Amino acid sequence: MAYNHFILTCGGTGCESNKGDEIYKSLIANAEKLGVKNQVQIVKTGCFGFCERGPIVKVLPEDSFYVDVKPEDAAEIIAEQIVKGREVPRLLYKGDAEKKSNTAVEDIEFYQKQVRVVLRNCGVINPENIDEYIAREGYLGLEKVLFQWTPEQTIEEMKVSGLRGRGGAGFPTWMKWDFARKAPGDVKYVICNADEGDPGAYMDRSTIEGDPHSVIEGMITAGKAIGSHQGFVYIRAEYPLAIERLKIAIRQAQEYGLLGKDILGSGFDFDIEIRLGAGAFVCGEETALIKSIEGNRGMPVPKPPFPANKGLWQKPTIINNVETLANVPVITNKGGAWLAKIGTEKSKGTKVFALTGKIKNSGLVEVPMGTTLREIIFEIGGGIKGGKKFKGVQTGGPSGGILTEALLDTPIDFDTLVKNGSMMGSGGMIVMDEDDCVVDVARFYMEFCVDESCGKCSPCRIGTSQLLAILDKIAGGNGTEADLEKLETIGKAMSKASLCALGQTAPNPTLSTVKNFREEYLEHIRDKKCRAGKCKKLVRFEINLDKCIGCGACSKKCPANCITQVEGTDKKRPPYRIDPEKCLKCGECFKACKFGAVAKV
Amino acid sequence: MAKMSLDDLRKLRDTKKTDIQRREAEGKEIQVIVGMGTCGIAAGAKVTLDAFLSALDDHKLVDSVLVRQTGCMGLCHSEPTVEVLVPGMPTVIYGRVDAACAREIVSKHLVGKALLDDHILDRPAADIMKG
Ligand SMILES: Cc1cc2nc3c(=O)[nH]c(=O)nc-3n(C[C@H](O)[C@H](O)[C@H](O)COP(=O)(O)O)c2cc1C
Ligand code: SF4
Ligand code: SF4
Ligand code: FES
Ligand code: FES
Repeated sequence: MAYNHFILTCGGTGCESNKGDEIYKSLIANAEKLGVKNQVQIVKTGCFGFCERGPIVKVLPEDSFYVDVKPEDAAEIIAEQIVKGREVPRLLYKGDAEKKSNTAVEDIEFYQKQVRVVLRNCGVINPENIDEYIAREGYLGLEKVLFQWTPEQTIEEMKVSGLRGRGGAGFPTWMKWDFARKAPGDVKYVICNADEGDPGAYMDRSTIEGDPHSVIEGMITAGKAIGSHQGFVYIRAEYPLAIERLKIAIRQAQEYGLLGKDILGSGFDFDIEIRLGAGAFVCGEETALIKSIEGNRGMPVPKPPFPANKGLWQKPTIINNVETLANVPVITNKGGAWLAKIGTEKSKGTKVFALTGKIKNSGLVEVPMGTTLREIIFEIGGGIKGGKKFKGVQTGGPSGGILTEALLDTPIDFDTLVKNGSMMGSGGMIVMDEDDCVVDVARFYMEFCVDESCGKCSPCRIGTSQLLAILDKIAGGNGTEADLEKLETIGKAMSKASLCALGQTAPNPTLSTVKNFREEYLEHIRDKKCRAGKCKKLVRFEINLDKCIGCGACSKKCPANCITQVEGTDKKRPPYRIDPEKCLKCGECFKACKFGAVAKV
Repeated sequence: MAKMSLDDLRKLRDTKKTDIQRREAEGKEIQVIVGMGTCGIAAGAKVTLDAFLSALDDHKLVDSVLVRQTGCMGLCHSEPTVEVLVPGMPTVIYGRVDAACAREIVSKHLVGKALLDDHILDRPAADIMKG
């Protein structure tokens, strides 16, 4: 019993609510009716991600991708494709009008919305086997770098690619390399920044876990381009799996002669060592990171001089982010022009985002620069979980801001994000729905910065605590409108006067929410109300005596034991009541009540 | 292997390239690839991997199936994720593969040559290596 066809029908929520199940049943019924039940297997799958055009039906092995399918189409799919072996052109997804109607699934622009350049090998190869990396064109670009190109030509190729650093600020990679190449001195260093301290971000970790050799190849290339013979990967000790895979990869590369003396007989020497970080956010900042590798406390120092001139042990040093380095082998292999075709005018290539929060399909998403938030969140991410309303999306972690619904159609790149009061940061993207409170979110990031500020400079050390105190006041219902101005004044002073970018950008989440969600701040201040119910001091839980059936489920869940039965009513099962004095506002009763009797007011 | 010359590297790449294209390793034509990134492991990929190994044992398939590991497929919401390659059948990625589902994949997909309901996901993007 071997099938010759497989029909995949989407069983995701979107398609299901659009008669997906009827289509599925009708396909089965028709297969039985036409006697092809044994030739075709009809399967329900998870969401294809393309819910906008659902219900989706895909037929294998032809890879026919049918969209907007209706139950009455089922008969035709079976009769035509399974019985006669012909596709049903009218149902096929058609891209732009001029495109051929028979689009291969991989050509569908929706799937092209993800382009896996950095993640090209993640989930494809075994990261612990160097041969698999080599088989996928690994170390092919390095051949050119070592045997064909001068360092200038390598840097020129980087320039053509338009690659900008993925560590957050987007500095042109070629320029950094060029400074370091021109800097005088025989001893130079290459550092891979794998610190990744942003809450919600895990792209760098996943890249190293899934494809460590792409980072190693990027580092050797950088070494050759600037004339360095020693590289360091600075990675936080909390990433044990990434560290382990990196160790294996370095060892294998050394065994093959891709690291060490006289690489591949080219006469070029380069080796890599791992340095573990203790996981302080500020240690991701390049000057602090250098201090940390040198064995000192990780505290930033003023720039200039820049690391490209005086870095590790005062020697010219380039620091690049993991994702930046993972792009390098693709540029040397396929050419800078190949990468430059992807992206926007000023931001080339792709960006990996760690899509998390109130989103259906959370995960790592790699899209061309210039993709809109709507495409990322609603098409690739499948939209908001549980049918809630989209509220905003936090990009750039503690250095970024929250973008609102009005910005959903903005193409995302380094410059548009900054223009809208946020940042690329390392690529964390946290989606928020109506149950999230912006004041609470701003507080969360400010608390993080208070904890993570190294304390060396006062604008940051004092400023972050001041901002947090004001946010606490507002969340507690004691804020005034003048506080909003204070937030702005202090925030602006911090961005001007702080020593490093931690303090300079720490006010961003606060400032962007005050700007984009001013109404909500005012609600907290004037009406003493938190519409999302997150600011505990402003929330009260109450039981509606008429709706309560007296089941007692809430009382069992209440950790403060403050829900008791009302005495002396004539009801058979008397309703329950919350003692507001003792209530912890944990919301357990709200979740426990199946009858909607507990109200959040 | 000892240190390579440029020629060695090129030769190795050529042989391995055809290997990976055919996705064959020592006559094992069927492959089960388990996503073993941090989030996969957190979601129980190790249990899944063990379940595959013991199910293959039960079905006496150990010699014909290659179980491999890989990194993050990007589908973290549906971890543990597993890609299954069986000659003559479409290559599919399964999501939320717990131990029970792993055993089902072995008995239904590998032995019975049929796909599983409800666990199939779509590949997140086209492969740039083809272009
Ligand atoms: C507080 C702070 C934390 C940072 N954390 C990181 C980090 O975790 N990873 C990273 O690559 N860059 C981080 N950066 C940026 C680095 O200082 C530096 O700009 C970057 O590593 C340069 O690499 P790129 O040019 O490839 O982007 C951080 C910066 C600041 C101010
Ligand atoms: S801005 Fe903050 S983190 Fe940076 S040096 Fe000053 S105190 Fe330290
Ligand atoms: S769970 Fe709801 S219905 Fe039951 S006692 Fe509590 S408030 Fe009343
Ligand atoms: S629910 Fe079917 S494509 Fe998303
Ligand atoms: S780590 Fe497994 S898919 Fe993300």
